[in-house]
Amino acid sequence: MSGDPPALVEFSNVRKSYGPTLAVAGVSLAVGDGEFVALVGASGSGKSTLLKTVNRLIDPTAGAVRFAGDNVEGLPLAALRRQIGYVFQSVGLFPHMTVGENIAIGPRLVGERLAGERIARLLELVDLEPEMADRLPDELSGGQRQRVGVARALANEPRLLLMDEPFGALDPITRDALGDRVRALHGEFGLTTVMVTHDMAEALLLADRVLVMDAGKVVADETPHALLSGAGGAIAQGLVAVPRAQADRLAELAR
Amino acid sequence: MSAIWTTLLGLGDKLAAHVLLSAAAIALGIAVALPLAVWASRSEPVARATLGFASLVQTIPALALLALFFPILLSLRAVFGEGLPTLGFLPALLALALYALLPILRNAVTAQVNLDPGVIEAAHGVGMTFWQRLRLVEAPLTAPYIMAGIRTAAVWTIGAATLATTIGQPSLGDPIFAGLQTQNWVLVLAGCIASAGLALVADALLGLIEKGLATRRRMLTFGGLAAVLLGILAALTVQFGDRGGDRIIIGAKGFSEQYILARLIGQQLEAAGYGVEYRDGLGSAVAHQAVSTGAIDVLVDYTGTIWTNQMERSDNPDRETMLAEIAAWETRTSGTHVLGRLGFENAYGLAMPRAAAEAGGFASIGDLAGRAQAMTIGGDPEFFERPEWIAVREAYGLRFAARRNFSPTFMYNALTSGESDVIGAYTSDGRIAADDLVILDDPEGAFPNYDAIILLAPQTGTDDALVAALEPLIGAIGVEAMREANYSVDRTEDKLSFERAAQRLAERIGQ
Repeated sequence: MSGDPPALVEFSNVRKSYGPTLAVAGVSLAVGDGEFVALVGASGSGKSTLLKTVNRLIDPTAGAVRFAGDNVEGLPLAALRRQIGYVFQSVGLFPHMTVGENIAIGPRLVGERLAGERIARLLELVDLEPEMADRLPDELSGGQRQRVGVARALANEPRLLLMDEPFGALDPITRDALGDRVRALHGEFGLTTVMVTHDMAEALLLADRVLVMDAGKVVADETPHALLSGAGGAIAQGLVAVPRAQADRLAELAR
Repeated sequence: MSAIWTTLLGLGDKLAAHVLLSAAAIALGIAVALPLAVWASRSEPVARATLGFASLVQTIPALALLALFFPILLSLRAVFGEGLPTLGFLPALLALALYALLPILRNAVTAQVNLDPGVIEAAHGVGMTFWQRLRLVEAPLTAPYIMAGIRTAAVWTIGAATLATTIGQPSLGDPIFAGLQTQNWVLVLAGCIASAGLALVADALLGLIEKGLATRRRMLTFGGLAAVLLGILAALTVQFGDRGGDRIIIGAKGFSEQYILARLIGQQLEAAGYGVEYRDGLGSAVAHQAVSTGAIDVLVDYTGTIWTNQMERSDNPDRETMLAEIAAWETRTSGTHVLGRLGFENAYGLAMPRAAAEAGGFASIGDLAGRAQAMTIGGDPEFFERPEWIAVREAYGLRFAARRNFSPTFMYNALTSGESDVIGAYTSDGRIAADDLVILDDPEGAFPNYDAIILLAPQTGTDDALVAALEPLIGAIGVEAMREANYSVDRTEDKLSFERAAQRLAERIGQ
């Protein structure tokens, strides 16, 4: 990569092993401020593990992860996590709290009360009605829940948004709409976003930069355009081939 | 029915004691179980170890667990000093709290383990500290399950607390044990109804709290909680409200004669202006230990029992020598005072129905020697463990086909119904005459003397007024008077209460 934007997240030779299994096998790269990066790979390729070393849900066996220049290992755990928005597939809304309370949880942890208007605004940002704030998570659809999950991640006004298969459990229409919404928020708030997905089409459509992982290593680091032009090597091209073939067949059917 | 009602209404102080004991035990169980559960949820080995321990405790019969705390606390006196109570509330509390541990711990750990991993990941992800995660997420989500565990623990504890009677803690077990001794089914039923009713009420109230927690309805939770606290408060008022000064605690072992004599002594002391309370149904060894440590103030014991069980003597001197040596031994070892003989003897003796004894030609224990192989012997739960029985068995070379344990009351029924051929009877028991039994001679003198004597705890013995109040009982009760009093509560028809029997006995001996 060019190195133009200053790095917000930096991995230096990060390794993570579980007994004899090597989940991340030495990754060094930087994510620039303001970038939207997709981490793509088959399941077991180490992409989720790598993502979670940033907010220290997983500590690496060796190597270092830096966030805004600081080694995350040396930062107070809770404080680090409060600066980073985290969205993941099973959402994890607190079932005993209303939607509003869920969204306000981050500020509450540091003793701040999130104002009602701010909660309403956050709900609006993810295309939900402000009245939704009083509902319990059980009363929401899967898509609505993940929207709340995104709103909760944004409540602390983070610079970095980590997303682990955020749309994996959603139906295609919701998935598409929420993807677009997140991409818009990314621009609107000047976020840096790292998104793990196994869906190459999603990565190509949303990200500025696509990292392909295989067996714990990053095997391709390209722009969507470069990938579609055949760059990135065999494994990356194997992943790109699937949506491309689907698109071709759909185009053929439409004729 | 009206008899049960009257008895139930008289159980107020027992109920209060029962409520307080159970509530304290459950509270202690919760206080220990919850931190353990949090620790267990963070560490797999801790979870295994704590649940394993709690399950192990549960396999120990409640009665044994209660009894075991007596020697445990006794040995702990080396650490905490002589003031540590070994009987009554403390051991009952500890044993029941241990018993309450398992359901609370198991539910808490299970609830923790089954928390949605996504919710826990989110708690980490939003940056909660250990305590924030516990307070904001884990506690509210596991509370209904923990409450269900507390409910189970409450029902178990309230049931098991009836057994606290045996280690000298008043409870609703008192009427049950007393009724069992004398076949007074009204007493037994009243105790059962009160204890079961208490368990049902506790279950319902705690269920209300559980429902409130599960459905997040504060009114329900706090309403249930308030009702529980109100109940405990009421029990506290009954228990400590009208206490006028120190009371003299009179112990009684678990048979009719002891209950009656305890009331006789109590009435004597009340007449002299003392407040009294009773610790009924104590085991023989526990009772003696209780008086020598001051856990109770007064006890009627028997010379032969102390001689063989506490002093571990196997010789058999005449009764004057034995009493003198016992008095010296008590003074030397604990400072317990031997006030003197009541006048009658309640010896162990082997009894048979007169008809069977005459038909078989049994007159002395020696006659059993060759023929015991075809006979069944019955005894109270202590009998076959006592050195006296071992001495008799050795002296006459007795080998019975079978031996069976009965509560003292049922022992006599067993003899008349033929379930036992011989029993280890008490010579002052009214049923010996009533059931037409004979006591077999003991030519070898293997059973020692069993003069009933009054023991006073070391401190109590220095109270001259108390000693003076009890002095008139010394040498005043002959065996016929005692048998009659015993029979008046043991007979199936026209039973007297212990209090009434004690009054009659007092009248008869001119007090």
